Amino acid sequence: MANCIVNYGFSSFILFVWMAINIFLFVWFYFFYDLGPQFFYTRHILGSALAWARAPAAVLNFNCMLILLPVCRNLLSLLRGSFVRCSRTMRKQLDKNLTFHKLVAYMIALMTAVHTIAHLFNLERYNNSRQGVYDELSTALSDLADTENTTYLNPIRITNLQIPTYFGFTSIAGLTGVVITLALILIITSSMEVIRRSYFEVFWYTHHLFIIFFAGLVFHGAGRIVRSQQRTNPPHNTTFCKDHPDDWGQIPECPIPQFAGGFPQTWMYVIGPMVIYICERLVRFIRYMQSVRYKKIVMRPSKVLELQLIKNGFKMEVGQYVFVNCPAISQLEWHPFTMTSAPEEDFFSIHIRSAGDWTDKLIDIMKKVPEGAEGPNLVFLLTKFLFALRLGVDGPFGTASEDVFDYEVSMLIGAGIGVTPFASILKSIWYKFKDSDPKLRTRKIYFYWLCRETHAFEWFADLLQVLEKEMEERGMGDFLTYKLYLTGWDQSHATHVMVHFDKDTDVVTGLKQKTHYGRPIWDKEFEQVRKENPTSIVGTFLCGPEALGKVLEKKCAKYSDVDPRKTRFYFNKENF
Amino acid sequence: MGKIEWAMWANEQALASGLILLTGGIVGVAGQFRGWQFAAYAVAAGVFVCLLEYPRSKRAKGTSVERTGQYCFTVCVKAFGPLTRNYYVRAFLHAAICVPGGFMLATVLGCVCLGIASLIYLAAAIRGEHWEPILPRKEIRKPVGESIKNPPQNPPPRPPPEMRRKQAGDLEKSAYDNPMSVTDDE
Repeated sequence: MANCIVNYGFSSFILFVWMAINIFLFVWFYFFYDLGPQFFYTRHILGSALAWARAPAAVLNFNCMLILLPVCRNLLSLLRGSFVRCSRTMRKQLDKNLTFHKLVAYMIALMTAVHTIAHLFNLERYNNSRQGVYDELSTALSDLADTENTTYLNPIRITNLQIPTYFGFTSIAGLTGVVITLALILIITSSMEVIRRSYFEVFWYTHHLFIIFFAGLVFHGAGRIVRSQQRTNPPHNTTFCKDHPDDWGQIPECPIPQFAGGFPQTWMYVIGPMVIYICERLVRFIRYMQSVRYKKIVMRPSKVLELQLIKNGFKMEVGQYVFVNCPAISQLEWHPFTMTSAPEEDFFSIHIRSAGDWTDKLIDIMKKVPEGAEGPNLVFLLTKFLFALRLGVDGPFGTASEDVFDYEVSMLIGAGIGVTPFASILKSIWYKFKDSDPKLRTRKIYFYWLCRETHAFEWFADLLQVLEKEMEERGMGDFLTYKLYLTGWDQSHATHVMVHFDKDTDVVTGLKQKTHYGRPIWDKEFEQVRKENPTSIVGTFLCGPEALGKVLEKKCAKYSDVDPRKTRFYFNKENF
Repeated sequence: MGKIEWAMWANEQALASGLILLTGGIVGVAGQFRGWQFAAYAVAAGVFVCLLEYPRSKRAKGTSVERTGQYCFTVCVKAFGPLTRNYYVRAFLHAAICVPGGFMLATVLGCVCLGIASLIYLAAAIRGEHWEPILPRKEIRKPVGESIKNPPQNPPPRPPPEMRRKQAGDLEKSAYDNPMSVTDDE
């Protein structure tokens, strides 16, 4: 339990505050509409369905305001920058933006359901009341029309068409309501995990229906059909007058009651975030227009493409990612890639693996460029082949990896292609060491790389070999402990290893550190780290599958001590 | 959008529509709305659509993720053979089912969503997709070779007896006592 607090404390607090605000809004507006005297006559026709419709509406206003904010990555990056001197936990919070976006979306979906169902009852009751099905008071109220000395209460004015559907589709609120609910449903079904992971394009394009959603949402209340009673002079005493509807306007206690619609408020909630989001898209567009030059293009084994690029005024930090757009392939698609170069280098590089339509096409185009072309030669070749293989690059955007140098001890775990942010970190360490950078607080790094097949190792193995050599030369063998796990081994691997058992370097990678086979036993690893660092704060960083993230989160909680003098593990996860 | 299997999205959309139809129908019946008979129909139609759409199809390429507990539904849906396998049938079925929902406000949303699902199924059918059940993989044991039934009748060939005879002069070599005679002249 105590370990939970250490690791999950701040997220739980944010969630608690958000949920508390939701509950407060719901309850407050429920009682506002259910007990407010100005809605007495409205409630007489509609019953409690009025309050049941307006309370979720308030919650919806709040959540629709929030939903755009977690996806403004430039804004979040800015906030992260300004929190450099803040505590560790605040920055970790910003990593959970996608999770929060989904949570807010679920709340919107739930509240939409409640709101719609309540309004179905409202429309039915208004319609019936207009037909004179209910009691005398209701009929009298519904008969009030918009003339020079009366104002209507019941928004259904006609009597000849008997179905609520007609009103539903001819009123602003009804039509916008149906359209935006439909947009919401399409957005949700195309955002399901299965669709999102397999067919990103469908998810991304359908998600842009949010534009229709927000447009409809802003106009949804324009019809002002939720009517409340206005103060008249002389005042209309509802307690007495409700029993004498026939005498309204004829006796002094009961002048004809006047009604007016509520002022539409949704735009006040959402206009801020909409402006922020428009700015966000504008920034992305400006960044896209900035020119990106190619320094080098290399095809790596197992369909990995390395691009070394230069952009004016581009400053990155370790483990950050960029969004890349290639108009020649698709105008609208931006795909995230972690950068594999260190900030100390004068270019930035990305390793792109073949993993779908867009990446495949990019690799095919790049294959046509002769191998290892560089500099001006490359420019000439590119202009020769394709006059418009321009790239748009948006970023860099911060991730948890930036924190790695703040921890005295770090555990870095990369699974498969998830090792890319760590390539950047390790290179940066190498440079910092060479320059004896005092900013480097880290004294020990444990690096775990889990991979299925051997030939994907190659580009990274080169890096590790260089690091290994450098560290030995400076007598710093202790600084970096790395363990490589080959999870896809078979009989031939095992035989090969048996035969070459005595060799000094590993047969697979050529490194001094031997490759392990199968998955790591995390309990043992955490025990070892804890034993070797009894008083440190250990940051654990993962770039890999969800399942592994859950396992590591549990282990971090399990091996953390509440006592701040002893070892504590903090877990950070990257997610694309 | 090259490699997409439209049926996967159509399935999600249809399942959601089934739930929305069901909810709208329940509201219509519980509230005794005008035209509640359409709502009652929507309840039945919603349940039917949910049952039909719950089992996910096996993907043509890539790993298929089952929904929890979908195995019994898979078996039921599979039993209808070509009716459920073919997506043209599903597209027209959904289009037909959704029409009565349009007559009442409570169910109109379910109707439109199901109509959209029907259109996506049509797109899937035109691209030649079809429904495949996800069944648990049976363990295939490696077939044991025929030779296990016919053990060899004769011992393996041996070198001529001169080479097999023990060398008396060399004590090391003749240290081993054979339990049976290995020379053929005794």
